[in-house]
Amino acid sequence: MNGIHDLGGMHGFGPIERETDEPYFHDDWEGRVFGLFFANFAAGHFNVDQFRHGIERMAAAEYLSTSYYEHWLHSFETLLSEKGIVTSEELDRKQAELSQAGGA
Amino acid sequence: MAHDHQNAPPSETAMRVKALETLLTEKGLVDPAAIDTLIELYETRVGPRNGAKVVARAWTDPDYKERLLKDGTAAIAELGFSGVQGEDMVVVENTDDVHNMVVCTLCSCYPWPTLGLPPIWYKSAPYRARSVSDPRGVLKEFGVDLSEDAEIRVWDSNAELRYLVLPQRPAGTEGMSEEQLAELVTRDSMIGTAVVEAPAS
Repeated sequence: MNGIHDLGGMHGFGPIERETDEPYFHDDWEGRVFGLFFANFAAGHFNVDQFRHGIERMAAAEYLSTSYYEHWLHSFETLLSEKGIVTSEELDRKQAELSQAGGA
Repeated sequence: MAHDHQNAPPSETAMRVKALETLLTEKGLVDPAAIDTLIELYETRVGPRNGAKVVARAWTDPDYKERLLKDGTAAIAELGFSGVQGEDMVVVENTDDVHNMVVCTLCSCYPWPTLGLPPIWYKSAPYRARSVSDPRGVLKEFGVDLSEDAEIRVWDSNAELRYLVLPQRPAGTEGMSEEQLAELVTRDSMIGTAVVEAPAS
């Protein structure tokens, strides 16, 4: 099945933008997402194929308008919710709680 | 990316990630210290210097080069590089007639043990889209101007198979040691979006 992730040959994305400093992670949360992949994988919450499929199931418009590690986060949320490990409601509640407490 | 992001309020995404990690930690499913270790490992210890050692060895040891092109995974493991996202490696050799370059059109597959984590352009839509339809144009953007006669082979990585380009050894490096040669090898030359330049004399 093809999908928006299947970008090979697609037109209209403009020039390839390169950075001069090329940090691996552009904010702390990106590093946490990277590490959470391994943690969830090691815990058996999903395998690599399920993880990729979680990204590939994203709505096309959302896929194109979000960043690389946001794709990863999206896949975590989808898979953990489907498996009943962390529900969206739990996550919403925790996020509100942390925001009220004044940030990360 | 703002340079003063430490002083800005955390973004919605940052809070979402924090919430997820906190929940998983509270449930005893994730150890934050293990995540710290992984970030540190991939930020500092796994990177393209590993791949450069493989290339320099291949340039100086014909038997090793033969093994490398025949069974990339095993030959790379001889130098101690193996593991996640490098389980199945294919090494493709640049010659006077053939230039190889690597992309992952579907996402971001990349040989972590030899090159580390990919740069942002490798994961970007323009590179993924255009590498397969206009590789010559992409190479020009990267400053690689190949002759019209040269054949360009584009390798599309996938979750199982990862590619490493064996760049051509530049002329004028005959007297250099393996270690000195490794210093010349850039990350992009092993992705195939650069060639290795001879040292400035």
